[in-house]
Amino acid sequence: MRIVVLMKPVPDPVAASERLRPDGRLDRANAPAVVNPNDEYALEAALKLVEAHGGEVTLLTMAPAAAPETIRKALAMGAHRGVLVTDTALEGSCVHSTATVLAAALAQLEFDLVLFGVDSTDGGAGTVPAAVAAKRALPYLSAAGKIEPDPAAGTVRVRRMTPTGYDLLEAPMPALVVCTQALGEPRYPSLKGIMSARSKEVRTFSLADLGLDDGSVGGAAATTRLTGTSTPPARGAARIIKDAPAEAARQVVDYLVEKWIIQ
Amino acid sequence: MDFELSEEHQMLRDMVRTFVDKELIPLENALGPNREITPDVMKGIQAKTKEMGLWMLDVPEEYGGAGLDLMSRCIIDEQVGRTSLFHWHWYPTFGPALRPVLLHCNEEQKQRFLWPVLRGEIRICFAQTEPDAGSDPANLRTRAVRDGDDYVINGNKRFITAAGESQYAQLMAATDPEKGSKGGITCFIVDLKAKGVTVTESWPNITGECLWEIALDNVRVPAANIIGEVGQGFELGQKFLTEARIKAHGARSVGAAQRCLDMMIEYSQQRVTFGQPLSDRQAIQFMIVDSAMEIRMVRNLVYECAWRSDRGEDIRDLSYMVKIQGTEMVTRVADRAIQIHGGMGVSRELPLEHFYREARAVRINEGATEVLRWRLARNLMRKPKRS
Repeated sequence: MRIVVLMKPVPDPVAASERLRPDGRLDRANAPAVVNPNDEYALEAALKLVEAHGGEVTLLTMAPAAAPETIRKALAMGAHRGVLVTDTALEGSCVHSTATVLAAALAQLEFDLVLFGVDSTDGGAGTVPAAVAAKRALPYLSAAGKIEPDPAAGTVRVRRMTPTGYDLLEAPMPALVVCTQALGEPRYPSLKGIMSARSKEVRTFSLADLGLDDGSVGGAAATTRLTGTSTPPARGAARIIKDAPAEAARQVVDYLVEKWIIQ
Repeated sequence: MDFELSEEHQMLRDMVRTFVDKELIPLENALGPNREITPDVMKGIQAKTKEMGLWMLDVPEEYGGAGLDLMSRCIIDEQVGRTSLFHWHWYPTFGPALRPVLLHCNEEQKQRFLWPVLRGEIRICFAQTEPDAGSDPANLRTRAVRDGDDYVINGNKRFITAAGESQYAQLMAATDPEKGSKGGITCFIVDLKAKGVTVTESWPNITGECLWEIALDNVRVPAANIIGEVGQGFELGQKFLTEARIKAHGARSVGAAQRCLDMMIEYSQQRVTFGQPLSDRQAIQFMIVDSAMEIRMVRNLVYECAWRSDRGEDIRDLSYMVKIQGTEMVTRVADRAIQIHGGMGVSRELPLEHFYREARAVRINEGATEVLRWRLARNLMRKPKRS
């Protein structure tokens, strides 16, 4: 099986070094990057699938030029190669642009499945996978809790998680699947993987390589514009209930009802 | 000069840091106040480290180990130092304790000792310290006298780690007391079940660990059990101890101190006294800043020492500096962290008191810092002066 996993470098939440530039955008150059945690779940799912069915995993990333450093972290987990789309004109891309570029990059690759993480920690639109599926006319299988491809039949079955259980979906391959954490904890990179990551291929595409021009995508063509940022208001003083458990529980319930949190 | 770790070393650090954060630190409180790791729990941890390829880190690849350089092992030890699950001088997370002296076995000895240790079938402890020769191993009283094909060994070893769980000891004994460390000490593999050997458990020390005493009364050891050459024991032991100073005393101190610093910063911003967070008070800020500076200095010293060692340089003096600076630094940092945490700081619910106790012990273990200062002074003064 040929599986493409979308992988995004995001600022390391542990380093707590996320800062905004004067223009309100994230200062990526000065924040150590890690693989977007939800993308690790997609990669884990892909690695398990190729372990079971054979094949290879390709990482696809749209990011600044320094991204290979982060791509290698995912290669150390076991992915076979990386593809980076990078171009200074892509800075400030909106969802529409991002999806256009990723769809164009996918046109350069052969695949049976494209796996996405649910969302990224540095921007929560969560709509890129659906937009890419639409642009590439791929079956869109979201909220996957289990992925069962049948390479001989050329189909894939997905359990789509719902509040009450799951739906069972089937689609022809190639297909695009959005992966949830129910697919299993990502593995650690291995020492062997770390040592071999540098020797794995990371191909780089510019916009020109994808047949796109600067004006049609990226910051210049953004359909949305950042007009301001603000931090959440500071939390007020907490109300601490110290009564006996039964009385304390009653007061908590009353409070939740009063605030329309429960009825 | 490049102060960045290589990309591979950074990935290794990140991998082990995540492993420690996800797998080890959550166990600290789950295992109760004494943090006793049952064999089942340890097996689970080891299964994960094996899968990650972090197995027998200092064992060359030809013997099935990871064959990591000292820098990589320091990076790993620094991260593992952030958890209070283990004693500092040894922990079984990454496989059996080899004690690299065994790598000097001849082919016949490898079959009897090295391979069984690597397969986890037997354990061999390291026995050098004596009641009258701790930081002064050149003055060992344990004597080995040749008698036909055997040596007859008499003496006592003290504070020996894991002797009670070991089948054999890598035991240092004087074969030529007049020569001392210059060719007078030999390393023997001694069967701890042999006639004349008595192994006794000591009282627990400050870290809660029970070390062992080994009494040897006319114990016959075949000459075929000598590791390396007769008189080479001191040299073999020192290589092992020099690496231990850098990893266990230096890198682990940095990791423990870093955890203390992280906890100090977080808690001081949360804890409000007299209407202000602790972090607003200059006395607390100075403790935090002093700790951050000291950690950075020692981390750089550890990395420099490991880097030079991997280049094949003689790092004996640097390793003394690492041990002195590392262990004394972590003592100060853990003390500050406990002070900032107040009553909780000395509770076993937090890892701080563990770090404090381990730091206190490690300033003495395998070379008291005063002895190392004295040795360092002697070495500095006999070297030609350079401006």
